[in-house]
Amino acid sequence: MAVLVIADHDGVTLRDSTLKVLTAAKALSADIDVLVYGAGSATVAAQAAKASGVRKVLTSESAGLNADIAEDVAALIAGLAAGYDAVAIPASASGKNFAPRVAALLDVSIISDVIEVIDAKTFVRPIYAGNALETVQTSDAKVVLTVRPTTFTAVAADGGSAAVEAASVPADFAGTRFVGEEKVTSDRPELGAAKVVVSGGRALGSADEFHAVIEPLADKLGAAVGASRAAVDAGYAPNDYQVGQTGKVVAPALYIAVGISGAIQHLAGMKDSKVIVAINKDPEAPIFQIADYGLVEDYKTAVPALMAALG
Amino acid sequence: MKILVPVKRVIDYNVKVRVKADQTGVDLANVKMSMNPFDEIAVEEAVRLKEAGIATEIVAVSIGVAQSEAILRTALAMGADRGLLIQTDQDIEPLGIAKLLKAVIAEETPNIVLMGKQAIDGDNNATGQMLSTLLGWPQATFASKVVIEGDEAKVTREVDGGLQTLGVKLPAVITTDLRLNEPRYASLPNIMKAKKKPLDTKSVADYGVDVAPRLKVLKVTEPPKRSAGIKVADASALVANLKTAGVL
Repeated sequence: MAVLVIADHDGVTLRDSTLKVLTAAKALSADIDVLVYGAGSATVAAQAAKASGVRKVLTSESAGLNADIAEDVAALIAGLAAGYDAVAIPASASGKNFAPRVAALLDVSIISDVIEVIDAKTFVRPIYAGNALETVQTSDAKVVLTVRPTTFTAVAADGGSAAVEAASVPADFAGTRFVGEEKVTSDRPELGAAKVVVSGGRALGSADEFHAVIEPLADKLGAAVGASRAAVDAGYAPNDYQVGQTGKVVAPALYIAVGISGAIQHLAGMKDSKVIVAINKDPEAPIFQIADYGLVEDYKTAVPALMAALG
Repeated sequence: MKILVPVKRVIDYNVKVRVKADQTGVDLANVKMSMNPFDEIAVEEAVRLKEAGIATEIVAVSIGVAQSEAILRTALAMGADRGLLIQTDQDIEPLGIAKLLKAVIAEETPNIVLMGKQAIDGDNNATGQMLSTLLGWPQATFASKVVIEGDEAKVTREVDGGLQTLGVKLPAVITTDLRLNEPRYASLPNIMKAKKKPLDTKSVADYGVDVAPRLKVLKVTEPPKRSAGIKVADASALVANLKTAGVL
């Protein structure tokens, strides 16, 4: 029994989520290899090789892999799958894009968003936006999983000394062409990995107000910035900020929700945070039902007072 | 150009989901059911492509219980031309659905399959990707913008860190994200007209594909509850509490 873990990285740094998926993989097997695909794979592979408990690191680059084209990524992984009993993929937008393809190529079921590994064939995953948890057992010979990193602790980033090898390079899929990308650049910590997250909701009323209120508070706390779906839909914040069932799932030590009412789909994305603070002028807002500390006050006075109290 | 839109009947997104006491699943009795919201966005996008003169025919397909006819009628009222219900009481997994849809596509030969990125019941986010793989067609998931240029769809996608644009050669599978459009409400005259639009019913056996489940659901449970904490009087009390809790 061996597991192939697909690394999540930005071309320079191995993301913390990979170390968390490694913890999930360890519950399946002691033989764990990591695949680092895409531009910068050599640099990132060196980091993955140091992670605790990794047997071997594989790298692969091509035009399609570098652009994260799902057809190419899945072909690469399916080609390697003969040597593994399970493939564990971080449940990021990228992972969710190619993981079902890997499963389809292997003619097995996909098990999405795993939050707990019971044994090598049995897993717990959220359904209905996290309002129910399903324990499923697969009868497939091979297992393809996406793993929700926030529910696992990270393995040690140091201590390992795995060998790094080049894997095969898939031929680029002809039907799909990379046209361009627009990435949001920020010096703040990444939303999925931040210890503190400050999120703004529809109450902010405009993109200008979102910048003027949420961002300074986030910077004061060294926090990542998040947003509710309503705020993203209204154009106050970019899509990448969305915390919720269909956006990012976060579980920081401290989550501060400003002007967020607390729709079910938002709660699904943050209710595993250690400490939740809600600031909302409506005392009936559902967010207060799950907040550890609630401040019933207009954000317009509460946030400046909070900034002052933080010193 | 023909567009196929698969749609799923799910618990309405406003309904509070209740787990059954015997842990066999979620209580669906007397619960409001609706079209999966992401599928509604897919229907809307297809109708807009038709209104723009790009699409000529929209076929909505649903795989599920007999009552799924209601959401097909909704799709027809929004502007789809024809409905197809593959009736089954079995809860078919994404791989099985993808295989069935592949068989439907062999008969219907659409140029585009437009579908929701995930259904809000199983939250798998898998069927579109699996279908594209089985067909050997390109995929563009999590679409927030779709532009058809000749035999290519330029699709802007919501990805980690921002947006990515792909050009996919048609035929292709496109899955929708929340910000692609705001679905219309069907007007009363269109709801009446939809009752007269053609709707075929078939069975899973008609397609001869393997839809046997691969997963066994051992139990469905409620997530651990989080209880409400305390209300604080002002910002300084909040900061004092957070310091005591050790998170500041």
